Amino acid sequence: MTRQRKAVALISGGLDSLLAAKVIQQQGIHVEGINFFTGFCVEGHTHAIRQKDRSRVKRNNALWVAEQLGIKLHIVDIVEEYKDIVLNPKHGYGANLNPCLDCKIFMVKKAHEWIAENGFDFIITGEVVGQRPMSQRKDTMPVVARESGAEDRLVRPLSGRNLPATLPEREGWISRDQLYGFNGRSRKPQMALAEQFGLEDYAQPAGGCCFLTDAQYAVKLADLWQARGEKQYEMDDIMLLKVGRHLRLRPHFKVIISREEGEGNFLQGYRKQYVSLLTTSHAGPLALLDGTVDDDDIALAARLVARFSQGKQAERVELTVTALDGSQQQLSVKPLTAEEIPQEWYI
Amino acid sequence: MSPVIVDARRLLCPMPVIRVQNRVKELPPGTRVEAICTDPGALSDIPAWCRINGHKLIETRTEGNEYIIVVEVGEES
Ligand code: SF4
Repeated sequence: MTRQRKAVALISGGLDSLLAAKVIQQQGIHVEGINFFTGFCVEGHTHAIRQKDRSRVKRNNALWVAEQLGIKLHIVDIVEEYKDIVLNPKHGYGANLNPCLDCKIFMVKKAHEWIAENGFDFIITGEVVGQRPMSQRKDTMPVVARESGAEDRLVRPLSGRNLPATLPEREGWISRDQLYGFNGRSRKPQMALAEQFGLEDYAQPAGGCCFLTDAQYAVKLADLWQARGEKQYEMDDIMLLKVGRHLRLRPHFKVIISREEGEGNFLQGYRKQYVSLLTTSHAGPLALLDGTVDDDDIALAARLVARFSQGKQAERVELTVTALDGSQQQLSVKPLTAEEIPQEWYI
Repeated sequence: MSPVIVDARRLLCPMPVIRVQNRVKELPPGTRVEAICTDPGALSDIPAWCRINGHKLIETRTEGNEYIIVVEVGEES
């Protein structure tokens, strides 16, 4: 009897990886999913933070995709290892701080290690030739196969017919005729195939699968590196970049101000790591100060935070300042006027 | 037998799911795991993860700002 062949599919939660896995599943291959958590994934976070998003039904798209396919999903935390990809991408960045090519190589490499450990035969991705400007080009797709070490055990079912035959095709585990020849940026073929499979309600992330493709996010991350004088980050940093308004008042410190209650609650969790400000005479946001600050800095930040409180027109606004050691002091300040807040402060 | 506790407080999804997954991997079938979370997303993500991977969801409950999800490790994980 021939052995049941097994493949692991990289599942991002988007349509392409869903379709790619389905195409191979239909050829009688046992498929399981693998999803990598980099810390920058669009999934979840901000939805969980912002109050207004809480009422919306929230789902993790990778889990949803796995459930649609009826496959197991292995979620792998790669936060630490991934830092090197974001900080030193050999192939550089895309339009923003997205190191897509290095990222893809890294993920396929991890999947390749995984199949070796778990007795699987090959890897599936939803990549399409010409779909994305950096990682999914005719000339970069072979780079992913080669540099990841996966070589011809990497199958891209949606574009398979445009690419050289892979090991599973040559060995007859899968049939090349039943792969697709999608090409270019159009999403129409994917949508048509989804319809054919009877799939609805799938996620269609614009731009990319992570925050690094987001221009505003990238600006905040670059600002963080510049302010610290070195390219590095911790998980808390990248979470905080997704929350609140960020204003850099001086090169050595910035203020993170919650925009609504959910964000305020989330920032509460960081009060032991950052000096924080909270208005007491008027309803207002919670703010964190990121950087080493002196009394003048705190006074300036307090005036800014007062501006974002209900007391912005008041003569004085009272605030509580909580230091890193938990000690508190009261401040009474005059809110900044709109004209006193330069546009350049906004990151 | 008291359940194995996974403290996933202050973690945002999908980290609570990853914590539960990694703990479950080390445990024999039938063991109960109780995840304590603060991200409400865990209320949908952990049950979905259970359905997919063949584990049994025993209960979910809310205690103040915390969400408790109790899972029983399935036969083959
Ligand atoms: S968008 Fe983000 S997760 Fe997706 S390939 Fe690019 S860097 Fe990687």
